[in-house]
Amino acid sequence: MAVPAILHTAYVLAHAPDFVRYGSKPTRELAANPSLLQQMTAALRPWDQVVAYPPNQVFIGNLSPDDLAAIPRPWLDHPVAEASPQGPFGQIITQAALYGLMMLCDDFELLTISERLAEQARAAVVGFEGRRDKIVGVDDGRLAALIAGNEGLTLYHDGEVAGFIRTVHELDPSLDAHVLFENLACKATAVQAVSDLLAGGPIDPVDVDYLLNTGEEAVGDRYQRGGGSLSKAVGEVVGCLNATGADIKAFCAAPVHAINMAGAMVASGLHEYVVVLGGGSQAKMGMKFRAHLRNGVPVMEDCLASMAFVVGPDDGSGARLRLDVTGKHPIGAGSSAQAVYQALVVDPLVRAGMGMTDVDRYAVELHNPEITEPGDSGDVPKTNYRTLAAMAVLRGEIERGAMDEFVASRGMPGFSPTQGHIPAGVPYLGHALAAMRSGEIRRAMIVAKGSLFLGRMTQLVDGVSFLIESPNDD
Amino acid sequence: MDLDDQANVNRLAEETGKDEMIVLLGQPDPNSAGLFAETVTRGDPTWAGPLAGVPLGLPVYHILEEEIKETMDPDLYQEHVGLMELSADVDEIVKWVKFYREGGGVG
Repeated sequence: MAVPAILHTAYVLAHAPDFVRYGSKPTRELAANPSLLQQMTAALRPWDQVVAYPPNQVFIGNLSPDDLAAIPRPWLDHPVAEASPQGPFGQIITQAALYGLMMLCDDFELLTISERLAEQARAAVVGFEGRRDKIVGVDDGRLAALIAGNEGLTLYHDGEVAGFIRTVHELDPSLDAHVLFENLACKATAVQAVSDLLAGGPIDPVDVDYLLNTGEEAVGDRYQRGGGSLSKAVGEVVGCLNATGADIKAFCAAPVHAINMAGAMVASGLHEYVVVLGGGSQAKMGMKFRAHLRNGVPVMEDCLASMAFVVGPDDGSGARLRLDVTGKHPIGAGSSAQAVYQALVVDPLVRAGMGMTDVDRYAVELHNPEITEPGDSGDVPKTNYRTLAAMAVLRGEIERGAMDEFVASRGMPGFSPTQGHIPAGVPYLGHALAAMRSGEIRRAMIVAKGSLFLGRMTQLVDGVSFLIESPNDD
Repeated sequence: MDLDDQANVNRLAEETGKDEMIVLLGQPDPNSAGLFAETVTRGDPTWAGPLAGVPLGLPVYHILEEEIKETMDPDLYQEHVGLMELSADVDEIVKWVKFYREGGGVG
């Protein structure tokens, strides 16, 4: 039986200020109060500020979570000097590049952009030789006629009308322009992440056997809303000719479910190399924009985030996936914090003869607190780390007075955009691999929870976890 | 506070009567506990939900308050709330919930 390992990671932030107006919350609020648009637009950040924003630099690997912990809050007031959009395991791309990616991902002529935007997009997109000739625009007159004569969504770039995405079927809400816009943005950002993953990683696109997409977008039509899949669609664009795939739906916990499944596929020999991926969530852009405006801070949900991971046989280069130390929150467990963390963290560790202090780093939902605190969500990671520390106290592993130290040394500040499945502990994987390679840590545990109740089909929450270990640990 | 929850609180207050109910919060941090307490007393401060401009003035408590804890089975309380009691900033949470309940200053 092969020992599975996470071999490589890639992360992407796509700065998309003109997409914010079409986030779910802004769409509803702006319809009710159109005068808010000007206020919202004025509070969006320019490219340089987005690149220099410390949490974004952590997301792409130029800063570590420990570096971020040492930067005073608000991080908005402490931009990183000479920040680069390129990092060791991630990159920040421009909105023009995002439009270009959406064009080259569009196989049904859903999207039309202006010639001016197409020119910028061609200059901004790197690679994709077989498809970049799809990045073409139309003149302003044709675009205006298209917008005037068809059902769809008008798209913007630098505040100006620059594109249009058409509604495919007027009587099918699943193929409405807004839904297709979300799905195409998810596909495009996932494509960039998987492309980067394979360009810089240990395997070629043709070596990928299976793709597991964990994004939350519902791809399908009126007969099976959300019944479709983006995995194979993404694999097609990046040349994974020998792969098929399926989507894993589990709200925010999906990436952790998928990595466990990928590990099991590799261990069983069903597949040798599995790519777990997740595209950006357009619907979540500007989710807290009212709270940000109220608090006089920029509208910070201005980026789509995506990520991708190679899971394959352990070759000593990555992080070994301990399938014997995975946690799950079973239906019968109860939903108190104790019950959840007992099931996700303590039970799997105890089964393997370990305690909570045998894990060097825990990665929980890593929502950037600067985004969530102005609303009513508080500091999500901090609350979770305090709970983990309290659990260690109750188990007699640490003294009550050592809780702050536990949180500081085994936790980390949140640095992920609030993009649903993206913050689910996995933004730490790139840092974890680096820290294991340098010998800084031996073990890390990734813990994700999902709010199943949001779909109104159950009151339950969900959660899963896994443990990774340095390959130098023998 | 979730719009559905606001609608439910509003409906219960109308159906049951404000004198016959209390609101018991379980938020894990002072900020969100304060916001929820404000919503059911002075109205939705974000002006987004059914309680916008509706000052219900409901008696609001937090599960971590001593007077609530005293009414509960200690073993059950320890099982379900013990971890939160240990990890949360109890004093700050109670301070803000009390502030909105009593409609006065923070002492």
